Amino acid sequence: MAKKLALIASKGTLDWAYPPFILASTAAALDYEVQIFFTFYGLTLLKKDLGDLKVSPLGNPAMPMPVPMPNLVQMLPGMESMATMMMKQKIATKGVASIEDLRNACIETGVKLIACQMTVDLFDFKKEDFIDDIEFGGAATFFEFAGESDVQLFI
Amino acid sequence: MDFDKELDATNLNCPLPILRCKKGLSEINAAQVLKIMATDPGAVKDFQAFCKQTGHELLQLDEAEGVYTFYIKKHA
Repeated sequence: MAKKLALIASKGTLDWAYPPFILASTAAALDYEVQIFFTFYGLTLLKKDLGDLKVSPLGNPAMPMPVPMPNLVQMLPGMESMATMMMKQKIATKGVASIEDLRNACIETGVKLIACQMTVDLFDFKKEDFIDDIEFGGAATFFEFAGESDVQLFI
Repeated sequence: MDFDKELDATNLNCPLPILRCKKGLSEINAAQVLKIMATDPGAVKDFQAFCKQTGHELLQLDEAEGVYTFYIKKHA
């Protein structure tokens, strides 16, 4: 019987979009059955348009910067867009997959994507904002699969 | 070494070489051999781990000028 991987994706920034989609697509390639439960800011990763994903250096002292930059400078208007642009350039030049590509790889290999219904209601998201290949559910839906999974991770 | 299908996964980073490999294996028959090239140094361990977990056989691994070439025999 296939191994199972259950993930919770709770973050919606460009950098944190990678771990759930990398792990899910790789697990699917290793013949795992995979489900990802997207909750709170993670729901952003199910939007049709992923172009809004951003990365912020603010409050993240571990983020490599070309020159050392105090927090006060990082909060200036335009810094977030600049950091995002630089990250996207790096991603392209280093042969790292785009989030779109990884998400498509997940969908093509049968990874089940579940949107947290509660968060959808909380943030007034509309179903038409999301891609078609998803289901909606709650905590009990997650546990139905997670309870019988070999690996469960909260990201 | 003889092979039945060749894939180029050079200049791609984790997890793309593994995803390409998986797709390539799905397009050949059991016991046929896939040749796949990668430049990601992490791919060496990853391909070994991939084969160990999926039952495909890593027949040979060559390295030349930073390019790793894997020959993988699809399991029955």
